[in-house]
Amino acid sequence: MMNALIFLILFPLFISLLALFLPRALPGRKVIGTIANAVLCAVPIYLLFATLDQGPSYFRLESGLINIGMLVLEVLIAAYIIYLSVRAKRYLPVILVVVQLVTMLGFEFSYGHSIQVEHSMFLDKFSIIMALIVGIIGSAICLYGFGYMPEYHEHHPEVKDRRNYFAFLMYLFLSAMFGIIFSNNLMWLFFFWEVTTLCSFLLIGYRDDKASRDSAFRALNMNLIGGVVFAFGIVILFVSSRTMELDKLLLLDQGVVLLPAVCFAFAGLAKSAQFPFSSWLTGAMVAPTPVSALLHSSTMVKAGVYLILRVSPVMENTVAAQMLTLIGGVSFLVTALIAISQSNAKKVLAYSTISNLGLIVACAGVNTDAAVWSALLLIIFHAVAKSLLFLCVGIIEYKLGSRDIEDMDFLIMRLPKLTAVMMIGMAGMFLAPFGMIISKFVTLKAFINTNPVMAIILAYGSAATIFFWTKWMGKIISIRHGETEVREHEVSNWEWTTLGILAVATVAVCIAFPFISFHVIDPYLMQLFNTVPVVDTFNILIVFVIMFGLLIILPLGLFYYAFINKDYKRVGTYLGGGNISNITYEGAMESSQPIQIKNYYLEKYFGEERLFYIGVFVSLTLIFIMFGVTAI
Amino acid sequence: MGWFKRSPWILHYNATSCNGCDIEVIVSLTPLYDLERFGIINTGNPKHADILAVTGSVNEKSRQVLINLYEQMPNPKVIVAVGLCAISGCVFQDCYNVMGGVDKVLPVDVYVPGCAARPESIIDGVLKACEILEEKYSQQKKIQSRLAKI
Amino acid sequence: MNTIQEMFQVWSMLERMLAFVLLAPLLGGLIAGIDRRVSARFQGRYGPPVLQPFYDVLKLFRKERIIVNRFQNFTMVLFLIFTIFSGALFFAGADLLLTIFSLALAGTFFVLGGFCVGSPYSHLGAEREIIQQVAYEPMVILMAVGMYQVTGSFKVSVIAQYQSPLILYLPGVFAGFLYILTIKFRKSPFDLSMSHHAHQEIVRGMTTEFSGPTLALIEIAHWYENVMLLGMVYLFFAFNPWLGIGIALLTYLFEIFIDMNYARFKWQLTFGSSWLFTAVAGVSNIIVLGLMKI
Ligand code: SF4
Repeated sequence: MMNALIFLILFPLFISLLALFLPRALPGRKVIGTIANAVLCAVPIYLLFATLDQGPSYFRLESGLINIGMLVLEVLIAAYIIYLSVRAKRYLPVILVVVQLVTMLGFEFSYGHSIQVEHSMFLDKFSIIMALIVGIIGSAICLYGFGYMPEYHEHHPEVKDRRNYFAFLMYLFLSAMFGIIFSNNLMWLFFFWEVTTLCSFLLIGYRDDKASRDSAFRALNMNLIGGVVFAFGIVILFVSSRTMELDKLLLLDQGVVLLPAVCFAFAGLAKSAQFPFSSWLTGAMVAPTPVSALLHSSTMVKAGVYLILRVSPVMENTVAAQMLTLIGGVSFLVTALIAISQSNAKKVLAYSTISNLGLIVACAGVNTDAAVWSALLLIIFHAVAKSLLFLCVGIIEYKLGSRDIEDMDFLIMRLPKLTAVMMIGMAGMFLAPFGMIISKFVTLKAFINTNPVMAIILAYGSAATIFFWTKWMGKIISIRHGETEVREHEVSNWEWTTLGILAVATVAVCIAFPFISFHVIDPYLMQLFNTVPVVDTFNILIVFVIMFGLLIILPLGLFYYAFINKDYKRVGTYLGGGNISNITYEGAMESSQPIQIKNYYLEKYFGEERLFYIGVFVSLTLIFIMFGVTAI
Repeated sequence: MGWFKRSPWILHYNATSCNGCDIEVIVSLTPLYDLERFGIINTGNPKHADILAVTGSVNEKSRQVLINLYEQMPNPKVIVAVGLCAISGCVFQDCYNVMGGVDKVLPVDVYVPGCAARPESIIDGVLKACEILEEKYSQQKKIQSRLAKI
Repeated sequence: MNTIQEMFQVWSMLERMLAFVLLAPLLGGLIAGIDRRVSARFQGRYGPPVLQPFYDVLKLFRKERIIVNRFQNFTMVLFLIFTIFSGALFFAGADLLLTIFSLALAGTFFVLGGFCVGSPYSHLGAEREIIQQVAYEPMVILMAVGMYQVTGSFKVSVIAQYQSPLILYLPGVFAGFLYILTIKFRKSPFDLSMSHHAHQEIVRGMTTEFSGPTLALIEIAHWYENVMLLGMVYLFFAFNPWLGIGIALLTYLFEIFIDMNYARFKWQLTFGSSWLFTAVAGVSNIIVLGLMKI
């Protein structure tokens, strides 16, 4: 088993090196990549079934050499970041890196010899869930990159073609993610954490123009702030309790470990782009689509909530936990509202990502069995559906030449199959059964007993969620017969394969949800709380009726209306009688006016500038309270 | 049963009326005459309407609009020409832009005379139109059943 | 006095569902008919026969099917199916939240239908319909939350059998619910997206492109929905069934009264005032209940 874990960490690393050094002209490159991706999918699935009935397992690893290696690498990373920052004349990252490095090195030299780590790695159900997400979705996104990147460089001739480097970073990222998931040793976890920070920084800056450099440095700054606090947390933890292990953390006295736990949670907030750190995620949209998909759906941000969920049991029944819940709640509500005012598709996705993560963080803060249950399900559903949507938008962007939702009129006429896939993703995000039942129904039930304020936030936030999804969905499915060019054939097979995998995964996750709940999530909850949330079987039944109803009625109905139903007469849309053709009507002076349909964005109410600062201010206050109360 | 008779929905279109007849059409909706007691509703959307009530004569501009509206109405449907203008063009008959009555472009079923047509006669005309609607429906059904046999 | 409650208990879940599916359209149509009659009386008119809504629907079924695109009617079929489904869940005594969400799902299909036809008027109506949905959604969820806080269960069957009057615990929630009920019943001043007969908005809003049989389906779905909403009003007074039914009907009369007395609001006002009212009446009530528990 341990070999499988180490394999999962080292194998992507190996692939990334291959990607870096194999010449691009090599014909077998993509084949190797495909095989590698298949392996990356297969191993977590193997892990899932191999440990289906087992509890968590811990692994001992001779770590002396590895520790030294990591330390050296950490110094190298720090040096590299400093070099890049100085070259770009930005000094905040330099300061942060230096602080972090001094902390870690000082810690290593003064306490290094006395660190006793029993189990460096571990595997429990939660890690398996994360491994599945990273493995399957991460590698699917890499597969998509094969088809996407050539097109990217076609569309952006000004960007230097560094595709090898890009693939290197993507796989390195996956490797680091696996590292985070399996590490029990906090030093290791921290090391991998910093590797993801570095990778995300480099990936966001891939275009290497001003906008992307700005975004990259913003992401770097925020994640480094999180990293510094993480480092402090480690030091405080070790000094006060002499432990360096994640699983031991939970067994210790709350008073001792509360402060480090809050530090870790803070680092998690930064990484999962909660308020006040949200701006790095929205800025990161300048990067090529696979990067956004990788960072924002399945890996980077999920690492943040992963850590928060890991440490949240420590904070049970404290003010800090309440503050954490509220920070999540504020992020959820405010970003859902901001998303209403956005017409840039990627930004809408980014804001809805933050919003969903906010919900997960809030669940972590509440930390009851039901809350954690819904948090885990949210992680799964969100990862699958959101990556699907990101990838779809990436394709649309090049086929339509725009990523603005306003330009996506009649998408279903132009890219019918893609639209269908997108509808699956959107339904996954906000409609029944996944979106609606899981994210609202279960979370609401989880909140209601502990925190009525959260129930209220959820009520408003879910309304906002309906708004921006529905109007987007409506935009892409509106149909008009007229001159529209079908451009679907231009989408590469790599991209189709990925979309296919993810679309199937979305539906499969949905159907398999009782299995996931029973075999994966419940054991984890047993291990954590010794109870599992009692789910009303009748409700599950109804959910299934809705789901299968949709799965059966939708295709049948579409088929019926497309082929069988002939009893109708087609007329033009109502245009006050002024119809000239389907897309024009007669205006004044016998002019022919095209029809234009636009959506509401309610800028005046939900404008970004307006709400963003409110969110930042409120969340900063909450963070101060969180630390203040804990420190006292 | 004649459901059409019980719920005829009207679309009122002003082709080039002097507004005299329009006002009378609206008046028949007011409490004094209360068209709704017959289930009659003024819809303002051809796709919901059974009866197209046209006021005013047809001119070059309104011709196409009238045809468009008529085409967007689902069968069975009838046309009521309200007022002398809609019947023949009335005093505007000789204007250079006026084509004449509605029947120049569309098949009119009921003519409601008067300049302006009185609300009582409008209501009467609409109720007449209901009968024709019913008749058209049964004819349509007959044709359909015959077609089905063939 | 408790015959209704007894009936409720004696009937099995399936029987109750079936009863809803069969009887609700009759009841809903009747209510709509009475509504039109009463509205007419408010305006000093005589008004159509009470059975007029049924005449309309039967007529619509006989009209020709005209469409803009082939799939538009499918969305409305889904709308009807899910409305009936959620209503059936409600009267079967299932989970209130689930009912609400499945109703929201139905509403989403309705909106998508408006979008899918690609007509400017339908689009505008659909856009406004979403705004309305967003306006009422928080309050509907908060109603369920409030009922849970008092009764300790989301199950409609449990809530309906709660012995003390819910309304005494949830006056604010009830007021908020009344407010958004105007939106749900599609009554003035909030009938932005699809209004009742004599009212006109921008052409027919959402339903501009839906005619004939499909329009009839929309109408029927609306009846189902109304009956279900009145059922929700009933829940506040379920401790005394006759009172509950009486209040539910009074509520409808009240909505007609509001309908007659207000001109249509702009969407800005609709949206802002609903959220504000929800915040003032609903949220405060929920928070007070939360504090009481602690
Ligand atoms: S018939 Fe007389 S009242 Fe009517 S539109 Fe013509 S001129 Fe005006």
